[in-house]
Amino acid sequence: MKRSPLLTKLINAPYILWSVIFVIAPLIMVIYYAFTDRTGAFTFDNVKGIGDYLSTFILSVGYGAVATLICLLIAYPFAYFLARTGASFQRTAVMLVMLPMWMSFLIRTYSWMTILGESGVINSFLGLFGIEPITMLNTPGAVILGMVYNFLPYMILPIYTVMTKMDNSLMEAAQDLGCGKLHCIRKVIVPLSVPGVVSGITMVFVPSVSTFYITQKLGGGQINLIGDVIEGQFQTANNYNLGAALSLLLMVMILICLGVLGYFTDSDDEGGVLI
Amino acid sequence: MKKIFAFLLTTVILLSACVFPAFAYDYIEFSEETVEYYKSLGLQGTKLNVYNWGEYISDEDVDVIKEFEHLTGCTVNYTTFESNENMYSKLSGGGVSYDIVVPSDYTVEKLMAEGMLEKLNFNNLPNYEKYFDSEQYGYLLEDKVNGEAVKDYAVIYNVGTTILIYNTKYVKEKPDSWSVLWDEQYKGKVLMFNNPRDTFAIAQFMLGQDLNSTNTVDWDAAAQLLKEQREKVQPSYVMDEVFVKMESGDYYFATYYAGDFELMHENNPDLDYVFPKEGVNSFYDAFCIPTSTQNKKGAEAFINFMMEPEIALANAEYIYYATPNKAVTDDSEYSLADSKAVYPDENDIAHSQVFRNLPNDTLQYMNTLWMKVKGGNDSEWVYKAFYICAGIIAAIIIIEVIRKHEMEKYYDV
Repeated sequence: MKRSPLLTKLINAPYILWSVIFVIAPLIMVIYYAFTDRTGAFTFDNVKGIGDYLSTFILSVGYGAVATLICLLIAYPFAYFLARTGASFQRTAVMLVMLPMWMSFLIRTYSWMTILGESGVINSFLGLFGIEPITMLNTPGAVILGMVYNFLPYMILPIYTVMTKMDNSLMEAAQDLGCGKLHCIRKVIVPLSVPGVVSGITMVFVPSVSTFYITQKLGGGQINLIGDVIEGQFQTANNYNLGAALSLLLMVMILICLGVLGYFTDSDDEGGVLI
Repeated sequence: MKKIFAFLLTTVILLSACVFPAFAYDYIEFSEETVEYYKSLGLQGTKLNVYNWGEYISDEDVDVIKEFEHLTGCTVNYTTFESNENMYSKLSGGGVSYDIVVPSDYTVEKLMAEGMLEKLNFNNLPNYEKYFDSEQYGYLLEDKVNGEAVKDYAVIYNVGTTILIYNTKYVKEKPDSWSVLWDEQYKGKVLMFNNPRDTFAIAQFMLGQDLNSTNTVDWDAAAQLLKEQREKVQPSYVMDEVFVKMESGDYYFATYYAGDFELMHENNPDLDYVFPKEGVNSFYDAFCIPTSTQNKKGAEAFINFMMEPEIALANAEYIYYATPNKAVTDDSEYSLADSKAVYPDENDIAHSQVFRNLPNDTLQYMNTLWMKVKGGNDSEWVYKAFYICAGIIAAIIIIEVIRKHEMEKYYDV
């Protein structure tokens, strides 16, 4: 059955309207605020003001990159082995991965404070053996842990999806042709799983770079990333213009990072599994 | 069968959730005169939007909102904010309409300066004359903004001071100065305010500055002092988490508001307080009516109601801040009347200062400095690490691009 163009348009209309209202309009507002001052006059001052926060930007990208790398190192082997287990076990395991996401992100992060604190769960346990409390909260490690813990499912799921879709006969063929096990992983499995890895990296890196709640709770306000600065501009300093300029730069930077990533993944691959 | 059972169970749970609290609550018996007064205002069926600080109204033994709705027949839509800046942002952003907001001193003046507050009609606030202790607290409202007296626009809800809280278990010598927060032996054990104005105030007291200075040199010096503290003691910047962190004994020092000390002290008797000799910030939170109000009469009734002795007492016992309400402070049943933290002697806070509104330029300057204080001074190694990483990544990308190019050439042939 052929759909009339009008019908197609009608069906698409709500989605187009949605993206205009909730994606395009806010973007235009961000750009507008970034290039105007309090009175609404055109200015470059906000963009110049970004210079003060350059080191914060770099630090945020660093934290995001480390968290993403750790997520990848944990998620890849996990997804690989998971895809090779029985169906019922897979279902249970995937559900367990998703389980923490049923709870609020804020509560999950907050509860880490009571786990890592000086009189928290871990230190009380160590105290039983007479070990002095270790400072874990308010350290860079705690912030990275928060990022990895919160965003790990977003890395596991897309990789797991491409792993299950992979045709087992490809690996058998490779082994038939004299590929060793490691060689087979390197030459067959890794290249085939690239789309999943890329969407996993995207979904972990972007929220990690821009987070502010995790740094505030687990970093004790000592580790100030770009998300904190932007939040402060809107909430405390009431300087929407600088906040918008910073957000704009953050978006541009993430776009560049993703562009570089996208260059290395062939577009005709079974592409970018986004959940 | 199972489904019917589940349905019944859910219904029972839902019903009990709605019904039981209503059964449990006893309304206060006000005098007939009071009941008549609130009934005669004709607020039945109207709506009132109240925007208050979190945890800043009694809702336990006495549910103030419920009492007000019961007396007036007006429906209250109650929402909360966590900082003056937050509230200001929301209010000035437009699109919202509040009938009552509860800003602190400097924000009251800011809102007034920008013409965002309504002048109060004191004929509708008969309790003000009766109960407000203007002898002791009137000075807080002495200021004028744009030629208008602040006291015509604001009715003080609570007053208080900042305070230095410490844990006697770990700090053997009673400190007397803010400078103890710069002592390296307490590294990692200090909690500071997570808002610029209050934190800068501490550095400003140590430098003997005016808290309301508009001179950038003063602010630079204060920021320098805070940076030094950040390097030496690595304080955590927190707001309400201070309760958990001090009560658990994880931290030795905290800067916070006097009334909250009493709350913490109840849960951890090891805690003690001091008013540092350099001075503390005296503040007030006041009821104001924004110009965007839709129900000014209801708002004034609400403010008046908050000054009713029974209600003011319930709030004072719940919030633990000092109240300017004479009916409460004279009440022999008021449990905090003897607390020297909440009602300090005049000598203790001899050097107290009040925040005034600052010009936008100064505020912006302060916020930039604050971000730098919190951002830390580790920029140098950050840059170095960045250049190295960027170099490596760029090299990998270039190699990959060349390889890809070569491959394509190979396939084309």
